[in-house]
Amino acid sequence: MTPRVVHPPRPEPHPEVTTNLHVAADNWAMGRARVRGTVDWEAWRDRGSEIRADAIRDLPSLLDGFAERVTAAGGQVHRAATAEEACARVVDVCRRHGATRAVKSKSMLTEEIGLNEALGGAGVGVVETDLGEYIVQALGDRPSHLLAPAVHLSAAQVAGLFGRESGREFDPADTQALVRHARAVLRERFLEAQVGITGVNLAVAESGTLVLVESEGNIRLCTALPRVHIAVMGIEKLVRDWAGAAHLMQLLPMAAHGVPAPASLSLITGPARDGDDGPEELHVVLVDDGRSALRGTEYESALHCIRCGACLYACPVYRQVGGHAYGSTYSGPIGAVLTPALEGGAQGSDELPWMSSLCGACAEACPVKIPLDAQLVALRADGARRHPRRAEAALFAAWSRLWSRPGGYRATAATAGRALAPLWGRLARAAAGGGWNARAPFPFSRWTEGRDIRAPDPEPFHARWRRRRG
Amino acid sequence: MHSRPRAAGTGRIFRSFREVRVQLFVTCLVDLLQPGVGERTVGLLERLGCEVAFPAGQTCCGQPAHNSGYTDDARRVAERFLDVFAATDGPIVAPFGSCVHMVRHGYPRLFADDPTRAETAAAVAERTFDLATFVVGELGHDQVGGRYPGDRDTAVAYHHECHMLRGLGSAEPPLSLLRGVTGCRLVEPEHGALCCGFGGTFALKLADVSVAMADEKLDRAMAAGARAIVSTDVGCLMHLEGRARRRGLDLRVHHLVDLLEPGGRL
Repeated sequence: MTPRVVHPPRPEPHPEVTTNLHVAADNWAMGRARVRGTVDWEAWRDRGSEIRADAIRDLPSLLDGFAERVTAAGGQVHRAATAEEACARVVDVCRRHGATRAVKSKSMLTEEIGLNEALGGAGVGVVETDLGEYIVQALGDRPSHLLAPAVHLSAAQVAGLFGRESGREFDPADTQALVRHARAVLRERFLEAQVGITGVNLAVAESGTLVLVESEGNIRLCTALPRVHIAVMGIEKLVRDWAGAAHLMQLLPMAAHGVPAPASLSLITGPARDGDDGPEELHVVLVDDGRSALRGTEYESALHCIRCGACLYACPVYRQVGGHAYGSTYSGPIGAVLTPALEGGAQGSDELPWMSSLCGACAEACPVKIPLDAQLVALRADGARRHPRRAEAALFAAWSRLWSRPGGYRATAATAGRALAPLWGRLARAAAGGGWNARAPFPFSRWTEGRDIRAPDPEPFHARWRRRRG
Repeated sequence: MHSRPRAAGTGRIFRSFREVRVQLFVTCLVDLLQPGVGERTVGLLERLGCEVAFPAGQTCCGQPAHNSGYTDDARRVAERFLDVFAATDGPIVAPFGSCVHMVRHGYPRLFADDPTRAETAAAVAERTFDLATFVVGELGHDQVGGRYPGDRDTAVAYHHECHMLRGLGSAEPPLSLLRGVTGCRLVEPEHGALCCGFGGTFALKLADVSVAMADEKLDRAMAAGARAIVSTDVGCLMHLEGRARRRGLDLRVHHLVDLLEPGGRL
């Protein structure tokens, strides 16, 4: 099993998580309204989309230039084609330094490649230092959102965890006390770590600079205190120049939280220079893991994603089921596109594009204008080819043959309306009058588990028109 | 769907004609489930001075197969749609935004590899409108009257059909028409733009999630004091009304065109 798919999708409503999720989504929606009132949002999205498209188009040459500049600044670049290679490079560096303790900032890519498990296997203990990730790690859980990994948990659940951890009582309402506890524990971990591991939000090809965005300050500590900094980066995070990077540095927090600038921004070019504070070594691990193969396909623009999480908060399905229901590292609409696209539909990931009503809220929310809804439809077609569902395929084939001919269509219409009417009627609950039934024949029986259904009208519009005007 | 043209409703290209000949695209769900919606659409268009033609060969736009990943099956049905409507002239009007979205934004993808069909599809798409956008944007009637029967001043929530709101970019026309209806007042539930969970075959595939989405929609409408929900998508309407009935909610559900009747006969 690859880490990108943890378990098959379980698309069920999840009332325990939706309460917390709806609060988070409401905050996000307020932020979105605020942003739209302050900048020409559509123009910002257009520009964001151009910057990302430009970078992905020229990715191979930009990557070469980036690697050269990182090396020139004193950093070391490792290229990894697969998740296994990426983990091996990180483990190598830790081994070389005899490291047993690492601190780590939040990174979905390291989830994707299963880095913590690989390091654990090599005797390196990894502590997650993002508050949400720390909580999720302590619970043996997984992140359920790109930016807010513990959004599915309540303050009471966190208070319970910290209470067990420290033997003290915590009041869930006193979130400051919870934060103070985590800070005190983490401060020790920062000081004893030999290696700091981070992801990367953006990388600037023209100068070899890593851009890291955060709101808690833990990334600053991960990249400043340990002697070695290892940055693990998806190759698609590259942008050509500082003009583009500057735009995305603002666009990301706008789309994610509705604020025009991140709370904290780290710009890292090489390791510490002579006499400076900071790590003696900087390692940049460039991870492909299937990304290059998406270039030139209709899913190429999924590589434009800046991992802001906006499509998750906007999605009405994510809103009901939460991130864990997807069973994949990346959840929400972007996860439902990226996972099957990268996995080629394996591991049940072809089911993911069905976790959408195709309402288009994701594409509308996306700050770099990825046509997520159109890609979800295309992936359903890929899925129908890769994992055929015979009964369904036969049904649609028969349907299209009938409904591509007026005679066939009218015959089904008449059948549905007249011949089937007694059947629908027999199935109907006696009380459900006025054309509404509580039960229906297959495939509509799924519908009537939770809803009444209209029976087809005995006289369709075609027949009425013929009778009155024909 | 890459670029979503905001074209519909800006041209008013048909205003100069004294009598507009409209091709009715009734849509399969209206035809089979609520033919009365089709009849009232004809009634409204005629009241506004249009001559309504009904190409009898029409079937469906093909969206159910397209959205389910059966592209070839969708194309076969879409070709039928093009054959029927390319042979006609003038605006094509449907009382269903989602089907118009399919014709305008789904067909270009469906026929991307077939230049001849793509050209026909583009020409037909340009002429295809949802009813509200056509009445307000093309005919130039911001309101057409109508009366909500029964209790005076019934609180009504408008449910934006996703493909009309985000696909066609048409939020205002239906609201404009609804504001012209007497006997009801518009209330705005929280998260009014949220999908109701119908989503075509999604409603069968992920039935539980679909129902949970309907519940949020219905609960928020009730919390805003609404006694009725109005929309333009016969699928959304059947989904919401079917769930409201199952829950025994005191909430009525109407297609917009049903409220635009002069006599208020629902």
